Amino acid sequence: MPPRAAPTQSPPIPAGLTQSQLLEIYRYLRLTRTLEERLTALYRQSKVIGGLFRSLGQEGESVGSAYALNRGRNQDVLSPLIRNLGSMLVMGAEPVQILRQYMAKAEGPTHGREQNVHFNDLEKGYLGQISHLGDMIPVMAGIALTFKLRAEPRVGLVYIGDGATSTGTFHEGLNFAAVQRVPLVVVAEYNRWAYSTPPEKQFAVKDLAEKAKGYGVPAVTVDGNDVLAVYEATRFAVERARRGHGVHFIEVKTYRRKGHAEHDDQHYVPKDELDWWAAENDPVDRYVKQLVRNEWAEERELKAIDAAVAAEIDRATDACVDEPLPAGDSALGGVYLDPPAAPRHWYRSL
Amino acid sequence: MADVTYLEALRQGLWEEMERDPRVFILGEDVGAYGGAFKVTDGFVKRFGTERVIDTPISEAAIVGAAAGAAHMGMRPVAEMQFIDFISCAYDMLTNYVATARYRAGLGTPIVVRGPCGGYVRGGPFHSQNPEAAFFHTPGLKIVYPATARDAKGLIKASIRDDDPVIYLEHKWLYRRIKEALPEGEEILTPIGEARLAREGKDLSIVTYGATVWKSLEAAEQLAKEDGLAVEVLDLRTLLPMDDAAIMRSVQKTNKVLIVHEDTRTGGVAGEIAARINEQAFAWLDGPIMRVTAHDVPLPYAPTLEDFVLPQTDDIVKAARWLAAY
Repeated sequence: MPPRAAPTQSPPIPAGLTQSQLLEIYRYLRLTRTLEERLTALYRQSKVIGGLFRSLGQEGESVGSAYALNRGRNQDVLSPLIRNLGSMLVMGAEPVQILRQYMAKAEGPTHGREQNVHFNDLEKGYLGQISHLGDMIPVMAGIALTFKLRAEPRVGLVYIGDGATSTGTFHEGLNFAAVQRVPLVVVAEYNRWAYSTPPEKQFAVKDLAEKAKGYGVPAVTVDGNDVLAVYEATRFAVERARRGHGVHFIEVKTYRRKGHAEHDDQHYVPKDELDWWAAENDPVDRYVKQLVRNEWAEERELKAIDAAVAAEIDRATDACVDEPLPAGDSALGGVYLDPPAAPRHWYRSL
Repeated sequence: MADVTYLEALRQGLWEEMERDPRVFILGEDVGAYGGAFKVTDGFVKRFGTERVIDTPISEAAIVGAAAGAAHMGMRPVAEMQFIDFISCAYDMLTNYVATARYRAGLGTPIVVRGPCGGYVRGGPFHSQNPEAAFFHTPGLKIVYPATARDAKGLIKASIRDDDPVIYLEHKWLYRRIKEALPEGEEILTPIGEARLAREGKDLSIVTYGATVWKSLEAAEQLAKEDGLAVEVLDLRTLLPMDDAAIMRSVQKTNKVLIVHEDTRTGGVAGEIAARINEQAFAWLDGPIMRVTAHDVPLPYAPTLEDFVLPQTDDIVKAARWLAAY
């Protein structure tokens, strides 16, 4: 008979996760937050060229949902939005690439052509969004359709914000995916603010899940700041999709604690509401308390992760902060495979 | 050699590519069980199955978006717009998502979006459009517009094989009106980006594409008989990228250019062609670059109205005569 596990006082770890996976999830949460804090510092030094979009307070749903996917070369594919940096890190995006992208460096993943988290590595499993909200739903429906056509056991996951559920492409894409029964999981982020517009000016339903039900898509609403609850709900949806049961919709209730971007002073947000979410419902704080209270991790282990993450972000910053921007005339290449470059205007040679 | 209509040639091209390459699939409204509103994909579902000939909801943005996603993953989707007029519903997806994907993200998006265009068929404002100008302005897209059965086949095959997104415009007035003997068993591929000299001449060039190639050839024939003029007709076949060299060769030969298209005038492709001739061959011109196009109104339904608005053979004859005498 195999030896029995030593008796323990701590409750069992949920969702079939191991202790090392719990620590890995913590590492991604901390990595997301620390990387964004570094980006904020670089933004204030004017080293970030464009806008900076924070996911403060939403790291839990990004990390928890992405962690439920099969990761590795040519496994599942997700499409992150501007506040899903955490999901990209989970899929294997490197912090140095995020930093380069924000700083428009030549060596960045889009060589200075696009900004922030708008880039992709389809082999690792993330497809960058475009700014036209809703468009990624049909595109990800097409990716999931390909998995279905090829009978590959792969799943697509696409994020959509509460405001973006007002777009036509959201509805066309969700309906298309539902009719085709493609293996797609939609994670809808109810974070209360679409730029400055609150939900009651955006839609007349209470929960986004109601919209999905109108398309015959099973939908669930979960606490988006409970990392493990998001993980568990996504895992269920992902495996269901993988077994050929079609689209699943997960609404995550969360809260956007920063402005639309760093320039936005959030004067339209009630101060006590912000304070409450920061003090009482921060996904990282909640997760830390959960880990420690249940004796799934010790504080010193978490502190060690914090230190390792901080060192990693320092190294990544040092590696790229002084890199050059792309040469101006590199802008002409790559519109098409053939012809390889757009012509340079005649007066530039005078 | 069998006589093949423009529509049948297109159908053959699609069929051959479906046979050749398992990555090719078709999606669109009523393309499967019904075989397409104009029967372009008639019989396809029986041969290739519902997984490769997908009947979709009425959702042009989703059709194009899903095609793009599939193309990123290595597929070769061909999306049908039931009438090309409805491509405007997918304008965002084509111009913002698809056209920029390679440039901004290094993502190949080898899709073909095709559909029936054009007037002369009493289709009214929403079943007669020529949408090329709306997309001609967008770097990252290619636009082809065959006038002959041979090119209908050759260009659909080339478009499917192209590694970038192609809008394939097919003229419904030509579908069953023109026929051509096409060799059986020989692969027909029309290179994208190359114009075709449809008729040689030395007195005046007509630069055109689509249905007005045939109106221009008719006019050239009449001008040869009645005026003794040798009019050259250049069929562009591809609008984006445009074959500047072929246009300039013709201008240098005849020194006078009439640009003819069925689309409306303001902001139309003819304006761009005129600008390019001005920049690249000004010294060769012996007269102003003139245009024959539709009038700047939505295309009306009544035959009397449609005939008035659209460019007719007689318009081309009169304009060419005026220019030849300049």
